[in-house]
Amino acid sequence: MDADQIEKLAKLARLNIAPDQVAEVADRISNVLRMVDQLQALDTTGVAPMSHPLDAVSRLRADVVTEPNVREAFMAIAPACEDGLYLVPKVID
Amino acid sequence: MPWETVIGLEVHVQLATKTKIFSGSSTAFGAEPNTQACAIDLAMPGTLPTPNAEAFKMAAMFGLGINAEINRRSHFERKNYFYPDLPKGYQTTQLAQPIVGAGFMEIETSSGLKKVRIHHAHLEEDAGKSLHEDFHGMSGIDLNRAGTPLIEVVSEPDMSNAEEAVAFAKKLHALVTALGICDGEMSQGSLRFDVNISVRRPGEPLGTRTETKNLNSFKFMEEAIELEVERQITLIESGGKVIQETRLYNGDTKKARSMRSKEDSNDYRYFPCPDLLPVVLDDTFLDAVRAAMPELPEAKAARYQSDYGLPAYDAGILSNDRLTSIYFETAAKISGQPKLAANWVMGEVAAQLNRHEITLKDCPVSAEQLGQIIARIFDGTITSKSGKTLFDAIWADEGDDADALIKSKGLQQMNDSSALEKIIDEIIAANATQAEAYRAAPEDKKAKMLGFFTGQAMKASKGQANPQQLNALLLAKLN
Amino acid sequence: MHNQSIASLLAQLHSRAISSRELTTHYLERIKRLDPQYNSFVTLTEDQALKQADAADSLLAQGNAHALCGLPIAHKDIFCTEGVRTSCGSKMLDNFIPPYNATIVENYLNAGVVMLGKTNMDEFAMGSSNETSYYGPVKNPWNVGCVPGGSSGGSAAAVAARLAPAATASDTGGSIRQPASLCGISGIKPTYGRISRWGMIAFASSLDQAGLMATSAEDLSLLLNTLTSFDAKDATCIDEPIPNYASTLSQPLKGLKIGVPVEYFGAGLHPQTEAAVKAALAQFESMGATLVEITLPHSALSVPAYYVIAPAECSANLSRFDGVRYGHRCKDPQDLEDLYRRSRTEGFGDEVKRRILVGSYALSAGYYDAYFTKAQQARRLIQEDFVAAFKQVDLILGPTCPGPAFAFGSKTKDPVAMYLEDIYTIATNLAGLPGMSIPCGLADGLPVGLQIIGNYFAEGLMLNAARQYQQATSFHTLAPANIA
Repeated sequence: MDADQIEKLAKLARLNIAPDQVAEVADRISNVLRMVDQLQALDTTGVAPMSHPLDAVSRLRADVVTEPNVREAFMAIAPACEDGLYLVPKVID
Repeated sequence: MPWETVIGLEVHVQLATKTKIFSGSSTAFGAEPNTQACAIDLAMPGTLPTPNAEAFKMAAMFGLGINAEINRRSHFERKNYFYPDLPKGYQTTQLAQPIVGAGFMEIETSSGLKKVRIHHAHLEEDAGKSLHEDFHGMSGIDLNRAGTPLIEVVSEPDMSNAEEAVAFAKKLHALVTALGICDGEMSQGSLRFDVNISVRRPGEPLGTRTETKNLNSFKFMEEAIELEVERQITLIESGGKVIQETRLYNGDTKKARSMRSKEDSNDYRYFPCPDLLPVVLDDTFLDAVRAAMPELPEAKAARYQSDYGLPAYDAGILSNDRLTSIYFETAAKISGQPKLAANWVMGEVAAQLNRHEITLKDCPVSAEQLGQIIARIFDGTITSKSGKTLFDAIWADEGDDADALIKSKGLQQMNDSSALEKIIDEIIAANATQAEAYRAAPEDKKAKMLGFFTGQAMKASKGQANPQQLNALLLAKLN
Repeated sequence: MHNQSIASLLAQLHSRAISSRELTTHYLERIKRLDPQYNSFVTLTEDQALKQADAADSLLAQGNAHALCGLPIAHKDIFCTEGVRTSCGSKMLDNFIPPYNATIVENYLNAGVVMLGKTNMDEFAMGSSNETSYYGPVKNPWNVGCVPGGSSGGSAAAVAARLAPAATASDTGGSIRQPASLCGISGIKPTYGRISRWGMIAFASSLDQAGLMATSAEDLSLLLNTLTSFDAKDATCIDEPIPNYASTLSQPLKGLKIGVPVEYFGAGLHPQTEAAVKAALAQFESMGATLVEITLPHSALSVPAYYVIAPAECSANLSRFDGVRYGHRCKDPQDLEDLYRRSRTEGFGDEVKRRILVGSYALSAGYYDAYFTKAQQARRLIQEDFVAAFKQVDLILGPTCPGPAFAFGSKTKDPVAMYLEDIYTIATNLAGLPGMSIPCGLADGLPVGLQIIGNYFAEGLMLNAARQYQQATSFHTLAPANIA
């Protein structure tokens, strides 16, 4: 795991890693990856990946409106809003 | 050497459910911002999705409508990217096991019927909207649309020009509205088209493709395709190379540009959504979907031809979208006159809607009222011309009931021969020269010349004269 | 009052021998007096607690109150509480006051249970020592130089110091059982899907499960029924019949087959921990149970599989913390990217960032199959080990942790050493099985936990076994010194 890879991941995850921390972060993450690399030795031929602990299937909800307008309560805890909108620095397509 | 164009479409179809795909918030269009965004839609911590049965039903209906296999077991993935209109930081979508497998639609092109294959269609959630009005240099985010169910329909690259792509898009529009799974309101974003375009020399491998996103009218789609094909050809012919990119077409300026913001973050890190279990559709569910399938446009058109004796062209137009077909069938049933009803719907109704720039959904004259007008024309109570007057009166909200308006406006057909005779006598007297000329004219010219008197007499009767009776009396008086 | 069982407290509440206000005041007073040395609470909801206690008292006076009415408990700060700051141990949510309750909070509220406050935890439940909390580490009441375990370290320390009769907690890789073990109390993580996750801030959704901590299996069983309601708001919540756990606590253990996995007694296990656990096994045998040596051959893969799956899920679960709708937002963002990156960088601590990066890596193009798919396949093999084992045995017993509580800072430099704390507990989460930890002795003067793993939905059987053991022994009554 090198500095470039760390920066690429940090960008994907929208995090900043200070230049003086990159080496330490890379080192720690490499440690973790070395540990999980034990998995590579495992023969998993024919083993179905398991996403979920229970072999259950989804219930489906009836198409009925149950949610009231909660704008006021939720905007009250928002860091920046105006005219019923959440505000962010200008979005450029 | 000529160029060959290869086009594939990805279509986002907003499903006409009452609530969102993973929450019980309303999906009604046009609400005040963020008033239809509950804790789940806002991705509040600790909230969880619960899938909406209706979205699965509608997606399955679509699958049956394109002759596709419905996957009994489907599941959702998370597609990870950051964007302010995507509150969770991932879109819940289907990748590995979409609900609808491969299918096809047949389109009519100038060179005949063509089969366009559909790779698959999957369920996913829509994003919110960024509003770019200037809030002190900031954008505003409205999450009402976030979580609205979509099916994304992915075609194979089977289309080779704008005409075919538009024909496919129109056919898809007709299908989803006929199925009642989408309101088809393209101006509101209910159907959005992404077009993948590449060009190549015949026999060569596929060229690099670009994707033009979010086209929301057939006209823009056609323009955007023609523009992009031309751009790619010019680029290659001048020694350049097409780069894979996402483009945006502006229908107002008729220009397209690259969307650079979409280029950076294309490592979406899909993985199965752990908050949702696989959805398994059993026989009971699919049987219910099959039973709920409405008649599709093609079957409808065939029925209009065989049962109503409509020409293929008329049957095609009237069956194309759900509202039109319902309107037509209602008017036909009430009047008992399918052919007349077809003429009215394709003629006067379409013309008035066009003139007022509204759609059938907002037509002030209901199908029942139209049926009543047609019935009165057919039974001789009013003339066709009075029918139009009556139609305009209902349109202008002068009254709701055709029979009452016929009375109050005095539109009854004039069948009283003495009154008609009086009108005719006056007209012949006032136009003695023309009457002489008529009598002196050779037989083959007479029919044309009679039109003058018919017109004058009809005008004098305010359009209420019974045309056959008028004609007979005129002939008797003039000869 | 704080040394009595919950059964006894409830009997006195219903007989009106004590009032909920008295009991609540007693615990609030203890928290205010003793907690400064443990830091187990991040929020004390004194006014609200007293109001709830008074409401409970009037219900109790009417004579038809819920069985748990008037009992004060604490909630881990991972559960959303309407109107009460819910931080999840993070600066990111230091200002977050949810307008909604977690289902389990709502269930207890409806039962008339009083909330004393919110307990400290590792940030976003990521940690095994409670050293990653934004609010500072929780100290182990047995030795304040040692960690209480994590991530539910605040709940464990609060119960161990008798600052609350019970506390809610959550367990993603051992976050209930490991701190329960290190603090000498009883904790249960039920079957995945048994308890609604609605309103529990997600770490790794396919592994997270809410649970409980108290001083005995009997106390746990009294509180568990209210925790386990079916909830349609959680699509992964299973609609299985819920037995009355408190009614099956006196079944004899004769004929019970207990599996003892050889893999849980290997290198790295503290000798005194091993001795205490083996003594407990002997105790079960003497009570009529049969010990069966079993093997869980893929045990060694648990930690590596978990440290792919949990970070992968968390990397997506924590994307919603973006400074837009709630939580920490950086000052004067230059642009959208700056808003995201600075808000998240400032709001998350180091361990959380590390796991997000590892998770992003494991899911990224080119690595997905090598890491994520492989880990999910390992998960299947680990689960199949248990399925096979439960064809032979009724319960599986072993140590909860490799050793007793350790000193602050001793494992913070090496994440992998810290991750091995959960080596015996993680497999249960991967398989979705229920697990418990109950005290079974001391090692170096600090508590040792015995882990009980049950088959799916076998919570009743586990609680009965634990209760029988606690009837015959007194380890669960041991309490830290200096908590009077």
